[in-house]
Amino acid sequence: MTQIPARITDWFATKGWSIHPHQQDMFDRASDPATLLIAPTGGGKTMAGFLPTLADLAQHEHAGLHTIYVSPLKALAADIRRNLRGPADEIGLPIRIEDRTGDTSATQKKRQRVDPPHILLTTPESLALLTSYEDAHRMFAGVQRVIVDEIHALAESKRGDQLMLALARLQSLCPGLRRVGLSATVENPDAIARFLARHPDPCQIVQADPGPDPDIQMLETAEMPPWSGGGAAYSIPAVLEQIKQHKTTLIFHNTRAQAEIFFHNLWLANDDGLPIGIHHGSLDRQQREKVEAAMVRGDLRAIICTGSLDLGIDWGDVDLVIQIGAPKNVKRLVQRIGRANHRYNAPSKALLVPANRFEVVECIAALEAAKAHELDGEPRGSGPRDVLCQHILIAAAAGPFNADTLFGEMTTAGPYAALGRAEFDDCLEFCATGGYALRAYDRWQRLQQRPDGLWQLRDPRAAQRIRMNLGTIQDTDTLKVRLKRNRGGKPLGEVEEAFAASLTPGDTFLIGGQIVRYEGLREMVVEVTRRADKKPKVATFMGTKFATSTQLSDRILRMFAQPNWPQLPKHTAEWLSLQRDMSRLPQRDRLLIESFPNDGREHLCVYGFAGRNAQQTLGLLLTKRMEETGFAPLGFVATDYATLIWGLDAVTDPRPLFQMDALRDGLENWLAGNAVMKRTFRASATIAGLIERNTGGQRKSGRQATFSSDILYDTLHKYDPNHLLLQITREEAMRGLVDFGRIESMMARIGDRIDLLRLKHVSPLAAPLFLEPGKVPVKGAAEERLLAEESARLLQAAGLEPG
Amino acid sequence: MNEVTFSFVGQNLSALGSGALWWPDQSLLCVSDLHLGKSERIARRSGPTLPPYDSRETLTRLAVDITRTNPGTVICLGDSFDDLDASAALDFSEKQDITALQAGRRWIWIEGNHDPGPIDLGGAHLVEYEVGPLTFRHIAHPGAQAEVSGHYHPKAQLRARGRSITRPAFLIDQARLILPAYGTYTGGLHSSDHALSTLMNDPAMAILTGPQPRIIPMPR
Repeated sequence: MTQIPARITDWFATKGWSIHPHQQDMFDRASDPATLLIAPTGGGKTMAGFLPTLADLAQHEHAGLHTIYVSPLKALAADIRRNLRGPADEIGLPIRIEDRTGDTSATQKKRQRVDPPHILLTTPESLALLTSYEDAHRMFAGVQRVIVDEIHALAESKRGDQLMLALARLQSLCPGLRRVGLSATVENPDAIARFLARHPDPCQIVQADPGPDPDIQMLETAEMPPWSGGGAAYSIPAVLEQIKQHKTTLIFHNTRAQAEIFFHNLWLANDDGLPIGIHHGSLDRQQREKVEAAMVRGDLRAIICTGSLDLGIDWGDVDLVIQIGAPKNVKRLVQRIGRANHRYNAPSKALLVPANRFEVVECIAALEAAKAHELDGEPRGSGPRDVLCQHILIAAAAGPFNADTLFGEMTTAGPYAALGRAEFDDCLEFCATGGYALRAYDRWQRLQQRPDGLWQLRDPRAAQRIRMNLGTIQDTDTLKVRLKRNRGGKPLGEVEEAFAASLTPGDTFLIGGQIVRYEGLREMVVEVTRRADKKPKVATFMGTKFATSTQLSDRILRMFAQPNWPQLPKHTAEWLSLQRDMSRLPQRDRLLIESFPNDGREHLCVYGFAGRNAQQTLGLLLTKRMEETGFAPLGFVATDYATLIWGLDAVTDPRPLFQMDALRDGLENWLAGNAVMKRTFRASATIAGLIERNTGGQRKSGRQATFSSDILYDTLHKYDPNHLLLQITREEAMRGLVDFGRIESMMARIGDRIDLLRLKHVSPLAAPLFLEPGKVPVKGAAEERLLAEESARLLQAAGLEPG
Repeated sequence: MNEVTFSFVGQNLSALGSGALWWPDQSLLCVSDLHLGKSERIARRSGPTLPPYDSRETLTRLAVDITRTNPGTVICLGDSFDDLDASAALDFSEKQDITALQAGRRWIWIEGNHDPGPIDLGGAHLVEYEVGPLTFRHIAHPGAQAEVSGHYHPKAQLRARGRSITRPAFLIDQARLILPAYGTYTGGLHSSDHALSTLMNDPAMAILTGPQPRIIPMPR
């Protein structure tokens, strides 16, 4: 094997560092077609990835682009540029290192295409965009290596699928391209390796020493966690105490709304005026950058954050991670904890704070799983076809293509290795003609096949539209929030359009930790002032609601089976004992259903432990069945472990409700008109290029020219129910928000072992569900009734007679 | 009944849940902004190839209203076609459907800004049309009286117990009546938008379309 050049080993020596074994390993494998490195944060992962590049550039002259580094975060690309510049200069490498992201100026971007740097740091979207240019082969000529950072995160999303398709393209342009993936600890490294490598190339996995086990505990508080809710306000004094005892604390929340409330409460209790910041994806970029900079300088003692800080930017000296709310997923917990203490070989320290009594159980289960190194994760399945459609359009933007060649190229991408030709042809047909049963666009096809068999854009100007709509990240319809001033005040962040629509002037809400007062909407900007005198509504941010993983749910059920619970705090153990006395504890291979009257209504509590999304779906399907069979359900609410349904009549025999076939039929019908489906459709249709995000950079402004994607969905559903996009939508919803897969596996697990217990009143385990937010009224005629009520009221208020 | 009856300039009119206006005394049905051929036009201009069923869907809904009311006169209040080429590019079967709907009744195409010229389909082609005290035209004239128009695709929003409901809507004041867009692929303009809230004088009402249309004071 070649040696690491002396210039580099000397540089390590002058720094007083030695080369880690995994760094050496990665260097030794520099000529492998693909290598995956799994290393904890702080393990010199980035250097391990770049070492072969630096060594090569130290020994050989290289003209043009040598290495492309791809990360999911723009900020990470910029961060790596700074962190790489130093060593390159000190080693004495006269190389150019530049980043290219959505934030890069147009002039810089143009120059990079003509005269690329040696090392380009970019994002999946920017790379895909680069492959869409006619002259892509010139820019990429001679590229040796590509490094995909945080590949564990990318592998979970369509951004990763898009990246792998772009790499397949790149590989055709540079056949000698070698791939390196850098990943945090994951449950299934082989899957990530298959995702990364050109199919069917092998991919070696290099495991760095994971370091000592983290030191994780549950935060002890004087006050007991409440019965329900997610705010964990009770823990504020104890959390403040921890912040005081540590240098820098990261406080993770599962949702942005919870982060906002917690920050607000923490600030109110912060008598010592400790510098504390907040960071999440809905805050204005300037605000976020300010917090990031303060954090790097070490000016902040604590940062309240969400998944926006999950990925590996080096934020200085974090010595404690606090997770508020149950972690829902052990893998994410372990990765978050890795954010504390970037010194290799020192244990990271973390505290879990359950937000309510049930989460105490979840937190203990997660703690035990982390100690046992039992990570969770659902296999993701093959790459979705909406991304494939977009990639066909990207290929067309780059120039005429041969369908066989493109198919061959796409199936070298890990997520699409199993793609069938017929599926590909459907996607091609969709891109060309829309793929409708009614052939309406023969004259106006988007792609046309030339006499020589190649496919090309009918209108070359369409290439620009394709580039403008590239990407798989869905911006929800959000509106900017600004302080009201004459010339437009300080931007604070964004809220969902639907939330903004629910505000009336004078309403208050929390954003960036401040209470602001809604003044009005001007030119699609929410204007607010700081005159806040009312209790705030909470801004509802889209952010994903994570469902508790299957593995974690199983662990909780196993814990329930224990005769007693020495590992749980006394109050929680007593609660479970009480449940066992009054009713039963749910078991893994049976389905417990409790039926009881409360407050004049009949209730049904179904303990499926299938995760929030699946329990929600179950709620919708069961209430639908109940409506059909005359049980008059009024509404339901779902958590990760149970669904509580209320209605007028008591259910005595649950079996008819739980017929799998009937549930599946119900699902088909219900899905058709469902908001989840429409939202999923909009996302897939946008990715596949049916809905344009922007034409010429202008935002949809609510003018009469634009119409809702729901109309497209309804029309397609009525006239072309087997259309490709509806197939994609169904697939996506089944594994995403609808999560029917988990209902099916639950039903398979329990078989006919359904226990219905009739109780005199609400059980200890069911009680917290009554306090749970997010109750869903059973609709049907409900909206019409509301309209009738409200219009009558409005007319009366206006002194008019109802017509 | 799936309609709201109201009085406008002394005439008894019905706003149908579909977005059509029914005037029983004149046996007159009026629909606005059909935008037939919209998907074809978007594809022709190299936009996305949207599901090409919008014209069929619009005509199907129109057929339902015509069957139900059996009008002597039908007025299409402008922007019936997304552009003049779109009228020519209609499917043979869609043209046949229109011809069938026209049979045995007076049919008037009012010109709109999208379709400002004659089209190769039956029926009269007019800039505006008067029936009794009412004038039918595509875009509202400032200061006009007893006028029925379309163009703006009005919609109205109300909030009820935390839920916000938005529907295409008829807008009515003492002097004018604005119809919602009838076409399938049409968006809407909020009644609170500057353009509409300055056009409509107090007291203005909005009738939200839907399974059961509802009248409310026009949200401003």
